[in-house]
Amino acid sequence: MSDSNHMVTIYMMGKKQRVPADLTIMKAMEYAGHQFRRGAGCRGGFCGACATVYRKKGSYKLQGALACQKIVEDGMIIAQIPFSPQEKVTYKINDLKAEANTFLEYYPEIARCLACNTCTKACPQDIMVMDYVQAALRGDITQAAKLSFDCLGCGLCAMRCPAEIVPYNIGQLARRLESKYIEGPTEHVLKRCQEVKEGKFDADIEEMKKMDKATLSKKYNTREMKIK
Amino acid sequence: MKIAYYPGCTLKTTAKEFDISTKASTKALGIDLVELPRWNCCGTVHALAKDDVMHHLAPLRNLLRVEEMKQEGLVDEKRVVALCAMCYNTLKRSNQAFNADPDKAGKVRESMDNEANVYSGQVEVEHLLETLRTQGWDKVQARVTKPLKGLKVAPYYGCLLLRPRGIGIDNADNPTIMEDLLHALGADVIDFSYKQKCCGSYHTVYMKEVVADLSNRILTQAQAAGADIVATACPLCEYNLGNRQTEVVKKYPHFNSIPIVYFTQLMALAFGLSEDETALGMNKPDPRPILKEKGPI
Repeated sequence: MSDSNHMVTIYMMGKKQRVPADLTIMKAMEYAGHQFRRGAGCRGGFCGACATVYRKKGSYKLQGALACQKIVEDGMIIAQIPFSPQEKVTYKINDLKAEANTFLEYYPEIARCLACNTCTKACPQDIMVMDYVQAALRGDITQAAKLSFDCLGCGLCAMRCPAEIVPYNIGQLARRLESKYIEGPTEHVLKRCQEVKEGKFDADIEEMKKMDKATLSKKYNTREMKIK
Repeated sequence: MKIAYYPGCTLKTTAKEFDISTKASTKALGIDLVELPRWNCCGTVHALAKDDVMHHLAPLRNLLRVEEMKQEGLVDEKRVVALCAMCYNTLKRSNQAFNADPDKAGKVRESMDNEANVYSGQVEVEHLLETLRTQGWDKVQARVTKPLKGLKVAPYYGCLLLRPRGIGIDNADNPTIMEDLLHALGADVIDFSYKQKCCGSYHTVYMKEVVADLSNRILTQAQAAGADIVATACPLCEYNLGNRQTEVVKKYPHFNSIPIVYFTQLMALAFGLSEDETALGMNKPDPRPILKEKGPI
Protein backbone atom coordinates (compact mmCIF):
# COMPACT_ATOMS: atom_id res chain seq x y z
CA MET A 1 0.00 0.00 0.00
CA SER A 2 1.22 3.43 -0.86
CA ASP A 3 0.68 6.44 1.40
CA SER A 4 -3.08 6.93 1.51
CA ASN A 5 -2.62 10.67 2.10
CA HIS A 6 -1.11 10.93 -1.34
CA MET A 7 -3.69 12.28 -3.77
CA VAL A 8 -3.73 12.34 -7.57
CA THR A 9 -5.79 14.27 -10.10
CA ILE A 10 -7.96 12.36 -12.52
CA TYR A 11 -10.53 13.48 -15.05
CA MET A 12 -13.79 11.50 -14.90
CA MET A 13 -15.88 12.03 -18.00
CA GLY A 14 -14.05 15.33 -18.33
CA LYS A 15 -14.52 16.46 -14.74
CA LYS A 16 -11.44 17.09 -12.60
CA GLN A 17 -11.28 15.12 -9.32
CA ARG A 18 -8.73 14.72 -6.55
CA VAL A 19 -8.68 11.11 -5.37
CA PRO A 20 -6.38 8.94 -3.18
CA ALA A 21 -3.56 7.49 -5.24
CA ASP A 22 -4.02 3.86 -4.23
CA LEU A 23 -7.61 3.41 -5.38
CA THR A 24 -8.74 1.51 -8.41
CA ILE A 25 -10.54 3.50 -11.09
CA MET A 26 -13.84 2.08 -9.83
CA LYS A 27 -13.24 2.97 -6.20
CA ALA A 28 -11.89 6.38 -7.17
CA MET A 29 -15.08 7.10 -9.09
CA GLU A 30 -17.16 6.08 -6.10
CA TYR A 31 -14.91 8.17 -3.82
CA ALA A 32 -15.74 11.14 -6.07
CA GLY A 33 -19.46 10.47 -5.68
CA HIS A 34 -20.25 8.46 -8.78
CA GLN A 35 -22.83 5.74 -8.29
CA PHE A 36 -22.54 2.74 -10.60
CA ARG A 37 -25.77 1.56 -12.16
CA ARG A 38 -24.12 -0.09 -15.16
CA GLY A 39 -20.50 -0.95 -15.78
CA ALA A 40 -19.79 -2.71 -12.48
CA GLY A 41 -20.13 -6.36 -11.67
CA CYS A 42 -17.97 -8.75 -9.69
CA ARG A 43 -15.36 -6.13 -8.66
CA GLY A 44 -12.79 -8.91 -8.79
CA GLY A 45 -11.56 -8.81 -12.39
CA PHE A 46 -13.61 -11.77 -13.56
CA CYS A 47 -16.84 -10.55 -15.11
CA GLY A 48 -15.70 -8.01 -17.68
CA ALA A 49 -18.50 -5.53 -16.95
CA CYS A 50 -16.32 -2.51 -16.15
CA ALA A 51 -14.51 -1.85 -19.42
CA THR A 52 -12.93 1.58 -19.28
CA VAL A 53 -10.79 3.64 -21.61
CA TYR A 54 -8.32 6.28 -20.60
CA ARG A 55 -5.51 8.46 -21.78
CA LYS A 56 -2.62 9.76 -19.81
CA LYS A 57 -1.62 13.40 -20.06
CA GLY A 58 0.86 13.99 -22.85
CA SER A 59 0.31 10.60 -24.46
CA TYR A 60 -1.38 9.92 -27.78
CA LYS A 61 -2.33 6.40 -26.68
CA LEU A 62 -5.88 5.41 -25.90
CA GLN A 63 -5.64 2.63 -23.36
CA GLY A 64 -8.10 0.11 -22.02
CA ALA A 65 -8.54 -1.35 -18.54
CA LEU A 66 -10.98 -2.96 -16.16
CA ALA A 67 -12.05 -0.22 -13.75
CA CYS A 68 -12.03 -2.65 -10.80
CA GLN A 69 -8.40 -3.68 -11.46
CA LYS A 70 -6.54 -0.62 -12.68
CA ILE A 71 -5.08 1.73 -10.08
CA VAL A 72 -5.52 5.42 -10.88
CA GLU A 73 -2.56 7.42 -12.11
CA ASP A 74 -2.03 11.14 -11.99
CA GLY A 75 -3.49 12.91 -15.00
CA MET A 76 -5.64 10.01 -16.19
CA ILE A 77 -8.54 11.03 -18.42
CA ILE A 78 -11.16 8.34 -17.92
CA ALA A 79 -14.32 7.28 -19.74
CA GLN A 80 -16.43 4.28 -18.87
CA ILE A 81 -17.80 1.97 -21.56
CA PRO A 82 -20.72 0.51 -19.59
CA PHE A 83 -21.98 -1.56 -22.50
CA SER A 84 -20.68 -2.54 -25.91
CA PRO A 85 -23.46 -3.38 -28.36
CA GLN A 86 -23.00 -6.58 -30.29
CA GLU A 87 -24.82 -8.75 -32.76
CA LYS A 88 -25.11 -12.12 -31.07
CA VAL A 89 -25.86 -14.93 -33.46
CA THR A 90 -27.62 -18.07 -32.32
CA TYR A 91 -26.39 -21.50 -33.25
CA LYS A 92 -26.98 -25.03 -32.05
CA ILE A 93 -23.68 -26.38 -30.84
CA ASN A 94 -24.78 -29.94 -31.64
CA ASP A 95 -25.21 -29.04 -35.32
CA LEU A 96 -21.83 -27.35 -35.82
CA LYS A 97 -18.60 -28.67 -37.27
CA ALA A 98 -15.23 -27.92 -35.69
CA GLU A 99 -13.74 -26.17 -38.70
CA ALA A 100 -12.84 -22.74 -40.07
CA ASN A 101 -16.04 -22.47 -42.13
CA THR A 102 -18.16 -22.47 -38.97
CA PHE A 103 -16.60 -19.15 -37.91
CA LEU A 104 -17.01 -17.75 -41.41
CA GLU A 105 -20.64 -18.81 -41.53
CA TYR A 106 -21.69 -17.16 -38.27
CA TYR A 107 -19.18 -14.30 -38.15
CA PRO A 108 -18.17 -13.72 -41.80
CA GLU A 109 -16.58 -10.40 -40.84
CA ILE A 110 -13.57 -12.24 -39.40
CA ALA A 111 -12.25 -12.65 -42.94
CA ARG A 112 -11.70 -8.87 -42.84
CA CYS A 113 -9.02 -9.15 -40.12
CA LEU A 114 -6.01 -7.04 -41.12
CA ALA A 115 -3.73 -8.50 -38.45
CA CYS A 116 -3.21 -4.90 -37.24
CA ASN A 117 -3.17 -6.17 -33.64
CA THR A 118 -5.19 -3.23 -32.29
CA CYS A 119 -7.39 -5.74 -30.44
CA THR A 120 -4.36 -7.21 -28.67
CA LYS A 121 -3.25 -3.72 -27.62
CA ALA A 122 -6.73 -3.00 -26.23
CA CYS A 123 -7.04 -6.17 -24.16
CA PRO A 124 -6.86 -5.59 -20.37
CA GLN A 125 -6.19 -9.32 -19.91
CA ASP A 126 -3.04 -9.30 -22.08
CA ILE A 127 -4.57 -11.88 -24.40
CA MET A 128 -3.10 -12.30 -27.88
CA VAL A 129 -6.49 -11.44 -29.38
CA MET A 130 -5.41 -11.08 -33.01
CA ASP A 131 -3.56 -14.40 -32.84
CA TYR A 132 -6.69 -16.25 -31.70
CA VAL A 133 -8.88 -14.62 -34.35
CA GLN A 134 -6.28 -15.68 -36.93
CA ALA A 135 -6.13 -19.20 -35.52
CA ALA A 136 -9.93 -19.47 -35.83
CA LEU A 137 -9.73 -18.19 -39.39
CA ARG A 138 -7.50 -21.07 -40.36
CA GLY A 139 -9.46 -23.67 -38.41
CA ASP A 140 -6.93 -24.14 -35.60
CA ILE A 141 -9.66 -24.34 -32.97
CA THR A 142 -7.48 -25.72 -30.20
CA GLN A 143 -5.12 -22.77 -30.51
CA ALA A 144 -8.00 -20.26 -30.69
CA ALA A 145 -9.58 -21.78 -27.57
CA LYS A 146 -6.29 -21.86 -25.69
CA LEU A 147 -5.27 -18.30 -26.53
CA SER A 148 -8.70 -16.84 -25.73
CA PHE A 149 -9.17 -18.76 -22.48
CA ASP A 150 -8.72 -15.77 -20.16
CA CYS A 151 -11.24 -13.61 -22.07
CA LEU A 152 -13.90 -11.92 -19.91
CA GLY A 153 -15.87 -10.49 -22.81
CA CYS A 154 -15.38 -6.89 -21.67
CA GLY A 155 -15.72 -5.71 -25.29
CA LEU A 156 -12.71 -3.38 -25.52
CA CYS A 157 -11.26 -5.36 -28.46
CA ALA A 158 -14.51 -5.08 -30.39
CA MET A 159 -14.70 -1.34 -29.75
CA ARG A 160 -11.26 -0.84 -31.28
CA CYS A 161 -11.31 -3.27 -34.23
CA PRO A 162 -11.08 -1.40 -37.56
CA ALA A 163 -12.57 -4.46 -39.31
CA GLU A 164 -15.54 -4.37 -36.92
CA ILE A 165 -14.99 -7.92 -35.73
CA VAL A 166 -16.25 -8.94 -32.29
CA PRO A 167 -13.27 -11.04 -31.24
CA TYR A 168 -14.74 -12.29 -27.96
CA ASN A 169 -17.60 -13.97 -29.85
CA ILE A 170 -15.00 -15.79 -31.94
CA GLY A 171 -13.11 -16.89 -28.82
CA GLN A 172 -16.28 -18.13 -27.17
CA LEU A 173 -17.32 -20.13 -30.24
CA ALA A 174 -13.80 -21.59 -30.45
CA ARG A 175 -13.89 -22.69 -26.80
CA ARG A 176 -17.33 -24.23 -27.26
CA LEU A 177 -16.22 -26.15 -30.36
CA GLU A 178 -13.03 -27.21 -28.61
CA SER A 179 -14.82 -28.61 -25.57
CA LYS A 180 -17.64 -30.19 -27.57
CA TYR A 181 -15.76 -31.74 -30.49
CA ILE A 182 -12.03 -31.80 -29.81
CA GLU A 183 -11.42 -32.09 -26.09
CA GLY A 184 -14.74 -33.93 -25.71
CA PRO A 185 -16.54 -34.46 -22.41
CA THR A 186 -14.00 -35.33 -19.75
CA GLU A 187 -14.18 -38.75 -18.14
CA HIS A 188 -14.79 -37.58 -14.57
CA VAL A 189 -17.78 -35.49 -15.69
CA LEU A 190 -19.33 -38.43 -17.52
CA LYS A 191 -18.71 -40.63 -14.48
CA ARG A 192 -20.30 -38.11 -12.13
CA CYS A 193 -23.33 -37.65 -14.43
CA GLN A 194 -23.81 -41.42 -14.38
CA GLU A 195 -23.59 -41.45 -10.57
CA VAL A 196 -26.19 -38.68 -10.34
CA LYS A 197 -28.48 -40.62 -12.67
CA GLU A 198 -28.06 -43.75 -10.59
CA GLY A 199 -29.15 -41.84 -7.51
CA LYS A 200 -25.85 -42.01 -5.63
CA PHE A 201 -26.45 -38.57 -4.03
CA ASP A 202 -30.24 -38.75 -3.55
CA ALA A 203 -30.04 -39.65 0.13
CA ASP A 204 -27.56 -36.81 0.89
CA ILE A 205 -29.74 -34.28 -0.87
CA GLU A 206 -32.84 -35.42 0.99
CA GLU A 207 -30.93 -35.13 4.25
CA MET A 208 -29.75 -31.60 3.40
CA LYS A 209 -33.27 -30.50 2.50
CA LYS A 210 -34.27 -31.15 6.09
CA MET A 211 -31.38 -29.14 7.64
CA ASP A 212 -31.91 -25.68 9.12
CA LYS A 213 -29.91 -22.75 7.82
CA ALA A 214 -27.27 -22.78 10.59
CA THR A 215 -26.49 -26.49 10.14
CA LEU A 216 -26.39 -26.05 6.40
CA SER A 217 -24.00 -23.08 6.68
CA LYS A 218 -21.75 -25.02 9.02
CA LYS A 219 -21.73 -27.99 6.69
CA TYR A 220 -20.95 -25.74 3.71
CA ASN A 221 -18.14 -23.88 5.48
CA THR A 222 -16.44 -27.04 6.72
CA ARG A 223 -16.89 -29.03 3.50
CA GLU A 224 -14.03 -31.01 2.09
CA MET A 225 -12.49 -29.52 -1.04
CA LYS A 226 -10.85 -31.90 -3.42
CA ILE A 227 -8.98 -29.83 -5.94
CA LYS A 228 -6.34 -31.54 -7.97
CA MET B 1 19.06 -27.08 -42.78
CA LYS B 2 16.19 -25.59 -40.77
CA ILE B 3 14.09 -23.09 -42.71
CA ALA B 4 11.06 -21.17 -41.50
CA TYR B 5 7.86 -22.38 -43.15
CA TYR B 6 4.84 -20.14 -43.71
CA PRO B 7 1.86 -22.33 -44.73
CA GLY B 8 -0.94 -19.76 -45.07
CA CYS B 9 -4.59 -20.41 -44.24
CA THR B 10 -5.55 -22.35 -47.39
CA LEU B 11 -2.97 -25.04 -46.70
CA LYS B 12 -4.65 -25.57 -43.33
CA THR B 13 -8.20 -25.75 -44.69
CA THR B 14 -9.08 -26.54 -48.33
CA ALA B 15 -5.54 -27.40 -49.49
CA LYS B 16 -4.41 -29.72 -46.69
CA GLU B 17 -2.97 -32.10 -49.31
CA PHE B 18 -0.53 -29.32 -50.29
CA ASP B 19 0.64 -28.96 -46.67
CA ILE B 20 0.86 -32.70 -45.99
CA SER B 21 2.71 -33.58 -49.20
CA THR B 22 5.06 -30.60 -48.77
CA LYS B 23 6.10 -31.63 -45.28
CA ALA B 24 6.59 -35.25 -46.35
CA SER B 25 8.52 -34.56 -49.55
CA THR B 26 10.80 -31.87 -48.07
CA LYS B 27 11.54 -34.15 -45.13
CA ALA B 28 12.51 -36.84 -47.62
CA LEU B 29 14.95 -34.33 -49.16
CA GLY B 30 16.46 -33.40 -45.81
CA ILE B 31 14.96 -29.89 -45.83
CA ASP B 32 13.72 -29.19 -42.31
CA LEU B 33 10.75 -26.83 -42.64
CA VAL B 34 9.78 -25.32 -39.27
CA GLU B 35 6.29 -23.80 -39.20
CA LEU B 36 6.15 -20.32 -37.67
CA PRO B 37 4.95 -20.84 -34.05
CA ARG B 38 2.86 -17.68 -34.40
CA TRP B 39 1.51 -16.59 -37.75
CA ASN B 40 -1.38 -14.63 -39.18
CA CYS B 41 -2.99 -14.02 -42.56
CA CYS B 42 -0.43 -13.23 -45.28
CA GLY B 43 -2.53 -10.13 -46.04
CA THR B 44 -3.49 -11.48 -49.48
CA VAL B 45 -2.88 -9.22 -52.42
CA HIS B 46 -5.04 -6.35 -51.18
CA ALA B 47 -2.20 -5.72 -48.75
CA LEU B 48 -0.28 -4.27 -51.66
CA ALA B 49 -2.32 -1.15 -52.32
CA LYS B 50 0.23 1.66 -52.50
CA ASP B 51 -1.33 4.13 -50.11
CA ASP B 52 -2.18 1.73 -47.35
CA VAL B 53 0.19 1.10 -44.48
CA MET B 54 -2.39 -0.74 -42.40
CA HIS B 55 -2.63 -3.62 -44.84
CA HIS B 56 1.12 -4.17 -44.76
CA LEU B 57 1.03 -5.02 -41.08
CA ALA B 58 -0.15 -8.59 -41.67
CA PRO B 59 2.60 -9.72 -44.05
CA LEU B 60 5.36 -7.84 -42.23
CA ARG B 61 4.29 -9.15 -38.84
CA ASN B 62 4.82 -12.66 -40.20
CA LEU B 63 8.32 -11.70 -41.33
CA LEU B 64 9.02 -10.29 -37.87
CA ARG B 65 8.00 -13.68 -36.46
CA VAL B 66 10.58 -15.32 -38.75
CA GLU B 67 13.26 -13.00 -37.37
CA GLU B 68 12.18 -13.94 -33.85
CA MET B 69 12.45 -17.63 -34.78
CA LYS B 70 16.03 -16.99 -35.88
CA GLN B 71 16.77 -15.19 -32.59
CA GLU B 72 15.38 -18.10 -30.62
CA GLY B 73 17.43 -20.58 -32.60
CA LEU B 74 14.40 -22.32 -34.10
CA VAL B 75 15.77 -21.80 -37.61
CA ASP B 76 19.22 -21.29 -39.13
CA GLU B 77 18.64 -18.26 -41.33
CA LYS B 78 16.40 -15.27 -41.85
CA ARG B 79 14.59 -17.04 -44.65
CA VAL B 80 11.00 -18.17 -44.99
CA VAL B 81 9.53 -20.66 -47.43
CA ALA B 82 5.97 -20.18 -48.67
CA LEU B 83 3.89 -22.62 -50.70
CA CYS B 84 0.67 -20.84 -51.58
CA ALA B 85 1.38 -18.57 -54.56
CA MET B 86 -0.66 -15.75 -53.04
CA CYS B 87 1.12 -15.89 -49.68
CA TYR B 88 4.48 -15.99 -51.46
CA ASN B 89 3.60 -13.03 -53.64
CA THR B 90 2.18 -10.92 -50.81
CA LEU B 91 4.93 -11.59 -48.29
CA LYS B 92 7.65 -10.86 -50.83
CA ARG B 93 6.06 -7.73 -52.29
CA SER B 94 5.28 -6.30 -48.89
CA ASN B 95 8.86 -6.95 -47.82
CA GLN B 96 10.12 -5.12 -50.92
CA ALA B 97 7.78 -2.19 -50.33
CA PHE B 98 9.01 -1.98 -46.72
CA ASN B 99 12.65 -1.94 -47.78
CA ALA B 100 12.13 0.45 -50.69
CA ASP B 101 10.23 3.12 -48.79
CA PRO B 102 11.72 4.35 -45.51
CA ASP B 103 8.65 6.49 -44.76
CA LYS B 104 6.36 3.51 -45.07
CA ALA B 105 8.76 1.38 -43.05
CA GLY B 106 8.70 3.99 -40.30
CA LYS B 107 4.92 4.09 -40.21
CA VAL B 108 4.75 0.31 -40.14
CA ARG B 109 7.17 0.21 -37.19
CA GLU B 110 5.10 2.81 -35.33
CA SER B 111 1.95 0.80 -35.89
CA MET B 112 3.64 -2.32 -34.57
CA ASP B 113 4.94 -0.62 -31.41
CA ASN B 114 3.54 -3.28 -29.09
CA GLU B 115 5.79 -5.96 -30.56
CA ALA B 116 8.78 -6.95 -28.45
CA ASN B 117 11.05 -6.62 -31.49
CA VAL B 118 11.38 -4.33 -34.47
CA TYR B 119 11.41 -5.80 -37.97
CA SER B 120 14.70 -5.20 -39.79
CA GLY B 121 13.53 -5.88 -43.34
CA GLN B 122 16.16 -8.60 -43.74
CA VAL B 123 14.04 -11.74 -44.06
CA GLU B 124 14.25 -13.45 -47.44
CA VAL B 125 10.97 -14.76 -48.81
CA GLU B 126 11.17 -17.66 -51.20
CA HIS B 127 8.92 -20.23 -52.80
CA LEU B 128 9.66 -23.93 -52.25
CA LEU B 129 10.31 -24.31 -55.98
CA GLU B 130 13.15 -21.79 -55.59
CA THR B 131 14.49 -23.64 -52.55
CA LEU B 132 14.59 -26.83 -54.60
CA ARG B 133 16.19 -25.09 -57.60
CA THR B 134 18.92 -23.60 -55.39
CA GLN B 135 19.59 -26.96 -53.84
CA GLY B 136 19.90 -28.50 -57.32
CA TRP B 137 17.49 -30.65 -59.32
CA ASP B 138 20.02 -33.50 -59.11
CA LYS B 139 19.29 -33.67 -55.35
CA VAL B 140 15.60 -34.16 -56.12
CA GLN B 141 16.38 -36.71 -58.80
CA ALA B 142 18.65 -38.67 -56.47
CA ARG B 143 15.79 -39.10 -54.00
CA VAL B 144 13.34 -40.49 -56.60
CA THR B 145 12.53 -44.15 -56.04
CA LYS B 146 9.41 -44.39 -58.22
CA PRO B 147 9.96 -42.25 -61.34
CA LEU B 148 6.72 -40.92 -62.81
CA LYS B 149 7.61 -42.50 -66.16
CA GLY B 150 4.77 -42.51 -68.68
CA LEU B 151 2.68 -39.97 -66.70
CA LYS B 152 2.03 -36.93 -68.86
CA VAL B 153 2.01 -33.90 -66.57
CA ALA B 154 1.18 -30.36 -67.70
CA PRO B 155 2.53 -27.76 -65.25
CA TYR B 156 0.21 -24.82 -64.68
CA TYR B 157 1.64 -21.66 -63.08
CA GLY B 158 -1.17 -19.14 -62.90
CA CYS B 159 -0.25 -15.51 -62.24
CA LEU B 160 1.10 -14.93 -58.75
CA LEU B 161 4.19 -17.13 -59.03
CA LEU B 162 5.37 -15.29 -62.13
CA ARG B 163 4.33 -11.67 -61.84
CA PRO B 164 5.32 -8.91 -61.35
CA ARG B 165 8.93 -8.92 -62.52
CA GLY B 166 11.29 -8.97 -59.58
CA ILE B 167 8.84 -11.07 -57.61
CA GLY B 168 8.16 -13.88 -60.08
CA ILE B 169 10.23 -16.98 -59.57
CA ASP B 170 10.80 -17.53 -63.29
CA ASN B 171 10.33 -16.02 -66.74
CA ALA B 172 6.78 -14.63 -66.76
CA ASP B 173 6.08 -15.58 -70.39
CA ASN B 174 7.73 -18.95 -70.60
CA PRO B 175 8.47 -20.37 -67.16
CA THR B 176 10.26 -23.72 -66.89
CA ILE B 177 10.93 -24.17 -63.17
CA MET B 178 8.09 -26.66 -62.67
CA GLU B 179 9.12 -28.46 -65.87
CA ASP B 180 12.63 -28.85 -64.42
CA LEU B 181 11.18 -30.36 -61.26
CA LEU B 182 8.89 -32.71 -63.20
CA HIS B 183 11.82 -33.86 -65.37
CA ALA B 184 13.75 -34.64 -62.19
CA LEU B 185 10.77 -36.71 -60.99
CA GLY B 186 10.90 -38.70 -64.27
CA ALA B 187 7.53 -37.49 -65.59
CA ASP B 188 6.71 -36.85 -69.25
CA VAL B 189 6.37 -33.08 -69.25
CA ILE B 190 3.66 -31.53 -71.41
CA ASP B 191 4.18 -27.94 -72.50
CA PHE B 192 1.06 -25.97 -73.36
CA SER B 193 0.44 -22.36 -74.23
CA TYR B 194 -2.04 -21.65 -71.41
CA LYS B 195 0.24 -22.53 -68.52
CA GLN B 196 0.48 -18.94 -67.29
CA LYS B 197 -3.03 -17.74 -68.22
CA CYS B 198 -5.51 -16.53 -65.62
CA CYS B 199 -7.67 -19.09 -63.79
CA GLY B 200 -10.29 -16.47 -62.86
CA SER B 201 -9.04 -16.02 -59.31
CA TYR B 202 -11.68 -14.70 -56.88
CA HIS B 203 -14.36 -14.51 -59.57
CA THR B 204 -14.93 -18.03 -58.31
CA VAL B 205 -17.01 -16.54 -55.47
CA TYR B 206 -19.64 -14.52 -57.34
CA MET B 207 -19.04 -15.20 -61.04
CA LYS B 208 -18.52 -18.93 -61.32
CA GLU B 209 -19.27 -18.78 -65.05
CA VAL B 210 -16.14 -16.66 -65.63
CA VAL B 211 -14.06 -19.34 -63.94
CA ALA B 212 -15.89 -22.04 -65.90
CA ASP B 213 -14.93 -20.35 -69.18
CA LEU B 214 -11.30 -19.87 -68.23
CA SER B 215 -10.86 -23.32 -66.68
CA ASN B 216 -12.47 -24.91 -69.71
CA ARG B 217 -9.99 -23.15 -72.00
CA ILE B 218 -6.95 -23.97 -69.91
CA LEU B 219 -7.83 -27.61 -69.31
CA THR B 220 -8.98 -28.29 -72.89
CA GLN B 221 -5.64 -26.94 -74.10
CA ALA B 222 -3.74 -29.12 -71.64
CA GLN B 223 -5.69 -32.15 -72.80
CA ALA B 224 -5.16 -31.26 -76.47
CA ALA B 225 -1.43 -31.22 -75.75
CA GLY B 226 -1.76 -34.75 -74.35
CA ALA B 227 -1.80 -34.19 -70.57
CA ASP B 228 -3.08 -36.89 -68.18
CA ILE B 229 -2.91 -34.58 -65.21
CA VAL B 230 -2.17 -30.92 -64.36
CA ALA B 231 0.32 -29.87 -61.67
CA THR B 232 -0.03 -26.54 -59.86
CA ALA B 233 1.52 -24.55 -57.02
CA CYS B 234 -1.46 -22.39 -56.07
CA PRO B 235 -4.47 -23.42 -53.97
CA LEU B 236 -6.77 -20.97 -55.73
CA CYS B 237 -5.73 -22.30 -59.16
CA GLU B 238 -6.20 -25.83 -57.85
CA TYR B 239 -9.70 -24.96 -56.69
CA ASN B 240 -10.71 -23.16 -59.88
CA LEU B 241 -9.29 -25.80 -62.20
CA GLY B 242 -10.31 -28.74 -60.00
CA ASN B 243 -13.42 -28.27 -57.86
CA ARG B 244 -14.96 -25.88 -60.39
CA GLN B 245 -14.99 -28.61 -63.08
CA THR B 246 -18.56 -29.26 -61.92
CA GLU B 247 -19.38 -25.76 -63.26
CA VAL B 248 -17.36 -26.36 -66.44
CA VAL B 249 -19.37 -29.49 -67.24
CA LYS B 250 -22.64 -27.60 -66.72
CA LYS B 251 -21.64 -25.03 -69.31
CA TYR B 252 -19.62 -27.28 -71.61
CA PRO B 253 -21.26 -30.75 -71.57
CA HIS B 254 -18.53 -32.30 -73.74
CA PHE B 255 -15.79 -31.37 -71.31
CA ASN B 256 -13.76 -34.34 -70.06
CA SER B 257 -12.59 -34.26 -66.48
CA ILE B 258 -8.82 -34.05 -65.75
CA PRO B 259 -7.30 -34.17 -62.26
CA ILE B 260 -5.29 -31.28 -60.76
CA VAL B 261 -2.61 -31.98 -58.16
CA TYR B 262 0.02 -29.99 -56.29
CA PHE B 263 3.62 -30.41 -57.44
CA THR B 264 4.49 -31.51 -53.89
CA GLN B 265 2.08 -34.44 -54.20
CA LEU B 266 3.92 -35.63 -57.31
CA MET B 267 7.21 -35.26 -55.39
CA ALA B 268 5.86 -37.36 -52.53
CA LEU B 269 4.65 -39.94 -55.04
CA ALA B 270 7.98 -40.15 -56.88
CA PHE B 271 9.82 -40.41 -53.54
CA GLY B 272 7.78 -43.53 -52.81
CA LEU B 273 6.03 -41.99 -49.78
CA SER B 274 2.85 -43.40 -48.27
CA GLU B 275 -0.73 -42.73 -49.34
CA ASP B 276 -1.21 -40.59 -46.24
CA GLU B 277 1.72 -38.44 -47.29
CA THR B 278 0.81 -37.98 -50.94
CA ALA B 279 -2.71 -37.07 -49.74
CA LEU B 280 -4.04 -37.81 -53.23
CA GLY B 281 -7.48 -38.71 -51.87
CA MET B 282 -8.16 -35.04 -51.06
CA ASN B 283 -8.13 -33.59 -54.57
CA LYS B 284 -11.22 -33.04 -56.67
CA PRO B 285 -11.54 -34.65 -59.15
CA ASP B 286 -9.84 -37.77 -57.77
CA PRO B 287 -6.44 -38.21 -59.44
CA ARG B 288 -5.98 -41.82 -58.28
CA PRO B 289 -7.73 -43.63 -61.18
CA ILE B 290 -5.49 -42.04 -63.83
CA LEU B 291 -2.40 -42.51 -61.65
CA LYS B 292 -3.26 -46.19 -61.30
CA GLU B 293 -3.83 -46.49 -65.02
CA LYS B 294 -0.53 -44.84 -65.86
CA GLY B 295 1.45 -46.75 -63.30
CA PRO B 296 2.63 -44.44 -60.48
CA ILE B 297 0.26 -45.93 -57.89
